[in-house]
Formats: sequence, C-alpha cells, structure tokens
Amino acid sequence: MHKKTLQRIRRVLAAIFFLGITLMFLDFTGTLHKFLAWMAKVQFLPAVLALNFIVVVILLIITLLFGRIYCSVICPLGVFQDGVAHVHNWTKKNRYTFSKANNILRYIMLGVFVITLIAGVSSLAALFAPYSAYGRIVQNLFAPIWQWCNNGLASLSEHFNSYAFYSKEVWMRSLPTFIIAAVTFVVIVVLAWRNGRTYCNNICPVGTFLSFFSRFSWFKMHINEEKCVQCGLCTKNCKASCIDGKNGFVDYSRCVTCGNCMAVCPKEAIEYKHVKGNTTVVEANNHSPLSGNNETPSETVDTGKRAFLIGSAVALGTAAFAQEKKKVDGGLAAIEDKVAPERKTPIVPAGAGSLQRFRTRCTGCQLCVSQCPNDVLRPSTDLMHLMQPVMSFERGYCRPECTACSDVCPTGAIQKLLKEEKAVTKKGQAIWLVQNCIVVADGIPCGNCARHCPAEAIEMVPKRGDDTGKLLIPAINESKCIGCGACEYVCPARPLSAIYVEGVEQQRTI
Amino acid sequence: MKDISRRDFLKILGAGTVATAATMAGCKNDSDLDPKGTIKPQKGQMTYRTNPKTGDKVSLLGFGMMRLPVIEEDGPSGASGREVPAPIDQEMVNKMVDKAIEYGVNYFDTSPAYCQGRSEHATGIALSRHKRDEYFIATKMSNFAPGTWPREESIKMFENSLKELQTDYIDYLLLHSIGGGEDGMETLRKRYYDNGILDYLLEQREKGVIRNLGFSYHGDVKVFDYLLSRHDEYKWDFVQIEMNYLDWHFADEINDRNTDAEYLYNELTKRNIPAVIMEPLLGGRLANVPDHIVEEMKTREPERSVASWAFRFCGTFPNVLTSLSGMTYMDHLDDNLATHCPLKPLTDEELNFLEEIAKKIYDLKNIPCTACQYCMPCPFGLDIPGIFSHYNKCIKEGNLAKSRDESEYKKMRRAFLIGYDRSVPKLRQADHCTHCGECVTHCPQRIRIPEMMQMVDEYVEKLKQGTL
Repeated sequence: MHKKTLQRIRRVLAAIFFLGITLMFLDFTGTLHKFLAWMAKVQFLPAVLALNFIVVVILLIITLLFGRIYCSVICPLGVFQDGVAHVHNWTKKNRYTFSKANNILRYIMLGVFVITLIAGVSSLAALFAPYSAYGRIVQNLFAPIWQWCNNGLASLSEHFNSYAFYSKEVWMRSLPTFIIAAVTFVVIVVLAWRNGRTYCNNICPVGTFLSFFSRFSWFKMHINEEKCVQCGLCTKNCKASCIDGKNGFVDYSRCVTCGNCMAVCPKEAIEYKHVKGNTTVVEANNHSPLSGNNETPSETVDTGKRAFLIGSAVALGTAAFAQEKKKVDGGLAAIEDKVAPERKTPIVPAGAGSLQRFRTRCTGCQLCVSQCPNDVLRPSTDLMHLMQPVMSFERGYCRPECTACSDVCPTGAIQKLLKEEKAVTKKGQAIWLVQNCIVVADGIPCGNCARHCPAEAIEMVPKRGDDTGKLLIPAINESKCIGCGACEYVCPARPLSAIYVEGVEQQRTI
Repeated sequence: MKDISRRDFLKILGAGTVATAATMAGCKNDSDLDPKGTIKPQKGQMTYRTNPKTGDKVSLLGFGMMRLPVIEEDGPSGASGREVPAPIDQEMVNKMVDKAIEYGVNYFDTSPAYCQGRSEHATGIALSRHKRDEYFIATKMSNFAPGTWPREESIKMFENSLKELQTDYIDYLLLHSIGGGEDGMETLRKRYYDNGILDYLLEQREKGVIRNLGFSYHGDVKVFDYLLSRHDEYKWDFVQIEMNYLDWHFADEINDRNTDAEYLYNELTKRNIPAVIMEPLLGGRLANVPDHIVEEMKTREPERSVASWAFRFCGTFPNVLTSLSGMTYMDHLDDNLATHCPLKPLTDEELNFLEEIAKKIYDLKNIPCTACQYCMPCPFGLDIPGIFSHYNKCIKEGNLAKSRDESEYKKMRRAFLIGYDRSVPKLRQADHCTHCGECVTHCPQRIRIPEMMQMVDEYVEKLKQGTL
C-alpha cells in the first residue's frame, strides 16, 4: 500500500459525507434529502436516539475493525475541524505536539452527557453532541449565506423570466440558538486552528464513547521501530496529538485513523495493520498542556432566553385593524408584523408523539428547521428545551400535504408520517380570542379562518345580538381541529391573531 | 405584475421591430417608416375630431395622466405613480407632454384621485409651460371617499383642481365614475344631488369656469340611462365611456353586471353626444395578448404594434372625440403617436378580424382587471391588481394548468407558484382576503373581487396540495 493511500481514501470519503450533510442542511427545496437523509441517520447519536440498533452495531463494528474512522469520515464536525486545521497547515506545517490523554475531562464530559440525556435535559446534552452542533452551525451561519446567493440567482432568473430559482426569505428563527451556533463555531474554529482535534479528544461524548472500542480495534497505526528514525514528523502532523514518536507510542483511544502520519513518514515506518494486543494507554495527566477546556460553549445559554416571547406577549389587547381612509386610488396599506402568542404548551411537529417522548429524543440538530418550507419551525427558546423545534405561524402554517420534517428527522424524534396520517394528526388546538376578532371588535364580516381550515373544523355562526345577520363568528369544533395554524396565519387581526393554536401534550389521530 | 406586462409589451414591440426590419430593408424611401421599419408619426398629421358645441378641434389621442412615471431608487420596476409612493418623475412628464403637444395632442385627462392624489399637480406643472390655448384640460369631481361628498368639501376639491392645474377654467369636467357603489342610483344621489353639487357644476358651466360638462361611467347601466334621460335638462357636452374591441360585444359576457360598449356608444350617438373613450387598451391588457394573437396581428400589419389595433378600433367610430391612453413611458407615447398621426380607420374586414380576436381573448377567461387601482389600498394590505395580473399573466403564458394530468403540469405549477411569490409578497396574497367587500364598490369593472380572490386562492391550494 502506498503510504498516502489511506489518507486519500479517507479524504475522499470524508468529503463526500461532509458535503452531503452540509448540502442537505442548505438545500431548502426539499430535493436533496431524498438522496442524502441517510447520511444524517448513520450519525451515531441520532442512531442511538432513534433506537436504530443496526446502525449503532455497524458503527461499533467498524470502530472495532478500523478504529475511530467514524470521527474522520462520517462525523461532519470532525471533518470540519480537519478542514480548518488543514488550512492552517498551508502556513504553518509540522506544528502539533504529543499530549497525554485528559481522561478526567473526557470522562466527566461523557458522564454529564449521559446523565443529562437520561434526565431529559436534552438541551444541555445537545450542546456537546457533534452532529447537532454542526447542524446548528450550518443552519444558523452558512444557510443565510447560501440563501442570499440563491436569492441573487433568483432575481437574476426572474430577470430572464425563468423559474429555475425562487427566493427564500432569510430570517433569524431564534436569537439564543443563533448565539449558541456562533459561539460553537468560534470555539471549534479556534481549537481546530490551534491544536487540531482538541474538541474530539476532550469534549465530544461520541468520540469518548468510541474510544472505548477503538483501543481494541483490529487495524491500528503501528510504528515499525526498525524503520523509525525518531524524526518526530508523525507527532508534528498528528492533529489528534496522539502519537509519541520518540517513544513509538500511539494512543488508539484518540487516533481517528486519518493516515496523515503514514503520509508524512519519510521512512514509511508507520503501517496500518493488525497489531496483537492493546498498547497501554498512558494514564491521564492532570496538567494536560491542552488549552481550551474552559472554552466549552456550555455557559452561553443564559442570554436571550425567552426575551422574544415575553416581549411579544405584551398584551396588545385589541385587534390592530388599521382601516385606512380611502381618498385616492392606488398604493398598498401597511401590514403590521404579527407576533407569536404565548403558548402554554408548545406545538411540536406532527409525528412527535408526546411532548415527553419528543423531548428525550431530539438533539436539536436543526435539520427539520432547515427543511421546513413554510417557515413554521424554529428552535425553542425555552431554556429546558433550547434548540428543539417548535411551531409558530407568523409566516405560514403547517400545511397538510407537507411531511418534510418527518422525512428528515434522523433521531426518530419526529416519526415518519404519510401525508394522509399527517393530515389527521392533532398537534394543537385552535382557540378563539373574542376581543381580537375583527368581527366583534370592528363589526367587519370576515370568516377567513373558516375558509382556510383544512380540517373543516371551523363553522361560522351568527354573532349573538347582531340584528343584520351579516356578522358571523367562528365556532371551533375541537374534535376536528388538528392544530395546523392555518386559521392563525390567515387571521387579519394584527399583531396578535384572534384565533391561535395551543399545543397538546399528546398528539393523536383524529 | 405591471412591470412584466410592460416588459412583455416592449418585447412585443421590439420583436415586431426586428421582424419588420428584415422585411422592410428594401423600402428605405418609404416615408411612413422610420429607419427601424416601424411606422413613424407624421408631424402635423394628427387626426382631430370636432366638439359640436364649442367647435374645439380635439386630438383623437388624449393623454391620460393616471399612470405617470416615477423615479425609483432601486431602478425601474415598471410601476407607475399609482402603484408606488415613489416621487413622480416630473422631468419625464414634462418631456412627454412637450412631445405630445409637438405632435398635436391637445387633450389631457387627469383627476384629483390619480397617482395617489399627485396627478393634477404634476399635470399642472407640465402644461403651464405651454400656452393655455394649446391644450384642453379634463379633470373630475371625484367620489372615492365619502369624506369628500359634503358640498364644501366638493367645492374645495374643484377649486383645488383649478389651483393645481394652474388655470382659471376647466375645458372638460366630469362627474367621476358614476354607476359605482353598492347601489349606483343611491350613490349618485348622495354624491351629486343631495349636496347640490351637480347644480353648482352647471352654474360653473354658465359662468364659463367649466367649458364642457360630462360624466364618466362604469357599472350600473341604470345610472347611465338615467343621466341620459335628463340630457335635455343638463345638456351633457360629452360622456366618457369604456370602449374597446373586447367590451364592444363581450362586456356583459365577461361580467353580467356590465354593459356592452356598443350599447353605450350608440346611446350617445343617438343624442349626438361626443364619446370620450377610456380603457381603449383595458389597462394594457389588449397590448399584452398571447403569442398566437400577436402573430395574427403581425401577419396582417407587421409594421404596427399590437396596441395600435385597439386604438384604431376606437378611432374608427366617428362619434369618438378622443381616446385616452395612460402613458407611462416615452415609447408608449411614440407608438400611440404613430397610430394617430394620422389614424388609419379599420376596414369592415378588419373590424371582423378584431371581432374574432375579441372572441379568442374572451375565451381565455381572464379576470377582467385593468389594474386601475381604484380598489386600492385594500385595508388588509392585499395587492388586488397584482394578484389578478399574475393570474392573467399565467393564462397568457399558458401556465394555468387545468389538471395535473397535463403533460406540462409540473412546469406550469412551478411557474404559477414561484411567479406568484415573486409578483405578490406572501402577506398580500389572496389567502389574506377577509371578504370585507370594501373593494367591490370601487371597482369600475364591477369585478366580484372577494369571489375572485377565493377562486385564485383555491386554485393555489390545489396546486400546492397536488389535488388539481
């Protein structure tokens, strides 16, 4: 085997996975996920949460055979770090040093992760999960750029009367999640730029978990002491800082089988082959030279919180129906932005089952948010369930024929639904706010909610005390309402709709 | 979608230019053609009609000041001063008025309501740069806001027209858009009778402040018939009606609440009342027809524009005093001048041809919106004309699928839905119509707007849900 073969294979496969996953997050047209959704489903943590035993077992077998190649090929955050580190290599070569494994830190991180996951405080767990961290970065930081470029093409294609591209509104779905994504991005880039895979060695719960298996892997990087001249190039090029070239030692718990050491070794002294027995792992050193441990993004949550919701819930009791006096022809009336009502129970995507079930399964990767074509899903700002998707209907409603979120969810938090099932899944309950309704407040006939209810759950009935018989008010049939939000979206009352949807704890088929 | 239609309009003109340039290459000496091969207006050859009462020689092309150009910061969108609040491009208005007058246009039609209330001012500036006896001003006693209905408010409106137009007399004054409102007769009574404003205007005519008094009519034919029945008393000097080759026979087929132009025109002719024509192009719709109709027209008259057919139709009728064209761009004016300097009347055979074309256009089942913007602003923020013109554009371009089994269904669906979001922002689309009915009384075409909104909305839903 040529000394660069392993590195080349790894790079090609990593590029395929990385681009595939990134594109799946970026593509908002719902085209690519048909081909790429499996890439999210083979991610380790999502597979565990989805109770996808086959994938989990296969990943563990792969690790037992080849070491942590999962980390250098399948994990998009791992590949992303390699990319950042590689860019730094252009200007500064041979810059890594060996360091001992910081076992205390990584086991604590893994322990905290498992406990929070079991305790159902998944928002905390989700902060460190590699796949969802990467998903948030793409959705919050890369997607806007992608969409702006797309919008440029869209206006160009409009200019040429073509329908090849359509524009997509760029908007921030949640400030806290954006901040978390931005901080994660900065921390990861800084760590990767300086020391390669610091995150993977010390923080990543998946990496630490796989390390238990990788130490016993069948194939390993082996330093042939007969050929080795102890030049140290392997150590200086190991972004996992796991090769002690001077002593011929490789820490297999951290090695991600990237093949860089093989590629640089001038004597071809490093071989990827079956090695009998397990090289002793050097015990933890509390004075690890690794920096960045206190740069974990865990302390960034406290900002933002529910500020948005609280702000919007400022009681604007009356319907803001700004009927302008018509004097002249033409022009457009101003439209006041809607604000989200304060929902006591959040509305989660159809297929979530119960709130409880959903919350323990979702890692907040934002894939469903990125795929929602109706701008309905956004990350929750509720501290306990931060970043998990919730619905709101200021920009659109959960259309009955759309199953985009359930098609892509890699963890099974949103179960796969057929269109027909989706159309009869109750995920919320519409509630009429009499004081906001323009029929009552302004005496203007309307009925737009009833006209747009896909479940035909709203009938217009005569308003009591109205002699003209023209004023009809909505009567909601609770047993038919599926909580899609069509009524809330098309309600003319602004900024707060006169009909809004409350979530339900337990979704069900009606 | 005004922009698209205008663009297409230009494209059609352009295509015609290119096509004819090739065929006309050998006819360089033909003085009727400009170097590009299209017909060139002849200075001093404007066709005029005579006002039987005053003897005014009125140009057969009248300049409608309802769709004035604007200066747009982010480049031209094709919108005019009615649709957008951007400032009126006064310099361009002046240039167009100058050129129109240079070629003999002398009838300028405005109203206190046009261009969001800015038309009279701009018209006054442009015209005051010319000698007062070179042009006739037409303006209106407008009636959109009930707030302007009390006597003092109405008189104020009239006096303000004089001020804005920088003149002390109005050549042609109209009761604006009678026949509208929920009950046309009732609205007429409240607007012009109860407050004594009709008497006031008759007095002003006695005094010479108004030289000719007439009315513009849309809608309930009872009101039209009623006012004509009192012609002996009021002595209408002219009446403004909607007339074009589509409305000639098809107005009541398109909308059973409307009346064929043939009837209106004949009623006026019977009484020897000159007709001023509005909507000769149906807000540009008759300049913006499907390709196969363009081809038919160009086969017959390769060097004339599509729009020219519509103007020649109106001009062929001898009792037409002038045809109003709301021109936004210089090339609109150039094309219209070419048609009218001089106007070549249609032969009987050509009239039959247009009758066939009208049938074909009628069969397209367009929503009969002329984008006049009288319905706007919709209190709930909908872009009513934008929605309708998108729908009509899709008909014209063959993108209105009838069933999902059509072979081109996917392409048509995409064009309809993407085009819809492009031309109308989501929050201004048909699904936000509350059916409040505010717009219905303002629509001169008497379109049942909420029903049409629901129709468009249901169509969009079928496309989105894949249930067409």
